[in-house]
Amino acid sequence: DPDRKTEVVLLACGSFNPITNMHLRLFELAKDHLHETGKYKVIKGIISPVGDAYKKKGLISANHRVTMAKLATKNSDWVEVDDWESCQSEWLETLKVLRYHHQKLLSADVTNSVQDAVPITKLGRKRKQESNRHEPIKKKNQSPVVKSVPQVKLLCGSDMLESFGIPNLWKLEDITEIVEKHGLVCISRAGNNAQKFIYESDLLWRHKNNIHLVEEWITNDISSTKIRRALRRGQSIRYLVPDAVRAYIERQRLYGPESEDRNAGLVLAPLQKHAADPGAHGLHN
Amino acid sequence: VRMRSRIPVILLSCGSFNPTTNMHMRLFELARDHLHQTGQYQVIEGIMSPVSDKYGKKGLVSARHRVAMARLALETSDWIRVDPWESEQDTWTETVKVLRHHYEEALRAFQSQEFMRNKYPTGSSTADSLSCQQPVLPELKLLCGADFLQTFKTPNLWKEEDIKEIVEKFGLVCVSRAGSDPSQFIQESDLLSEFQHNIFLVREWIQNEISATQIRSALCRGLSVKYLIPDSVIAYIAQHNVYTAESERRNEGHLLQPLRPQNTPINPLRD
Repeated sequence: DPDRKTEVVLLACGSFNPITNMHLRLFELAKDHLHETGKYKVIKGIISPVGDAYKKKGLISANHRVTMAKLATKNSDWVEVDDWESCQSEWLETLKVLRYHHQKLLSADVTNSVQDAVPITKLGRKRKQESNRHEPIKKKNQSPVVKSVPQVKLLCGSDMLESFGIPNLWKLEDITEIVEKHGLVCISRAGNNAQKFIYESDLLWRHKNNIHLVEEWITNDISSTKIRRALRRGQSIRYLVPDAVRAYIERQRLYGPESEDRNAGLVLAPLQKHAADPGAHGLHN
Repeated sequence: VRMRSRIPVILLSCGSFNPTTNMHMRLFELARDHLHQTGQYQVIEGIMSPVSDKYGKKGLVSARHRVAMARLALETSDWIRVDPWESEQDTWTETVKVLRHHYEEALRAFQSQEFMRNKYPTGSSTADSLSCQQPVLPELKLLCGADFLQTFKTPNLWKEEDIKEIVEKFGLVCVSRAGSDPSQFIQESDLLSEFQHNIFLVREWIQNEISATQIRSALCRGLSVKYLIPDSVIAYIAQHNVYTAESERRNEGHLLQPLRPQNTPINPLRD
């Protein structure tokens, strides 16, 4: 029953410095996996590059990173780029980005529901005419117009999942809300530690039904770090990133030894923010 | 600083290309970068040579499709091309024969260039940048993955004299992934050790092991292969319904052509 499926939007947060074929693959793998459960319908994928205020070493300007992500998703009919996060002047917690997109999704949904609300009235009228029947009046949630609430799930690799354990990087309350209210789709290499990591955390274990682990059988280790390294050494990155991204990097002469030194010595924004905050404690108990 | 002439190199990759994946094309890029960084070579061309249907491998779809897909995949490349010669032969062709054919072609092209140069001498032209005063004969090297190298020890698959000709007269550029190291395999073979100066080992640090078998399996299951093979190849496969459960059963139970009795190399030491 297609109406019973939960609509899902996959949200990927990260540096995308630059975006690679591996990032794009995450979306495809996640969509296939969720569809195969029979319970979900993935309606959209969102790439949300982090803002410059993140202060990660080697992070080039958000303008370039957003442009490259847009070039990369030009040929996708369901994955798009959202630059809201990258436009913020301060670094934003991932949870805030999730909440933003969830709110956006709900407002869009309400608009749609309002438009679809008219048939309910018509049905209501029809039921009144048959009120002498002894059938129970059908409840609102059986009307085909009302779907279950769409969800925004955080799409990531096992490295992000495991980063939950890095002291001061994440607030415990944020991780809780992410896995409780939204959900995670985590792609990892066969034989990885993701399951073990979940097992070792009471919090993650409690919400393991909302953490979808997807195994990637085709080893695909195209990390942005390696791409930048190859570029510094004059090596080819063809077939590792979309061709339009490769061409853009070449034209704009992005990624050299100087760009890699950006933010050197600076503290990553979340670490700086949480260092003073006693609530930001580790995940494991 | 005047540079010594670099030796022009053509890279030839033989395989099923069933279908062509991003990894097949990556091999060329890695090999080219590696040879350039030795300072001794200038890679002037890459050739992808899909095997003929007569190879008899399980799941091998018609050469017509495989050549078309390779062509689409290489559309954006300015130095790699697909050559259908091998796929058009009536019988399966030993790799060494494919190497010989393409070398003869390269020589012919080189000689006609030389002829033109001598007939119409010009001052200095960009075409001469490679050749300086003494034009250097191009070399043709076989590009492969480490698994290909390992097949040298499969009984009856290769003739010893063919392996020798490949490593002696032509040369191998073997790309392997970060974890594996084929140098031990080379050390364990007298033949390969003798010609190790002509075997170039390239490490692929950015793992990208997209096997065509996995691609076909994903396609049959209705799973996405986007970003693993070019979009144009995905479209072609969909349009022509290339990979199906049926195509995967082709040649099932048949012996690979090189292993068939009439092709079995006779090894006098065996008896």
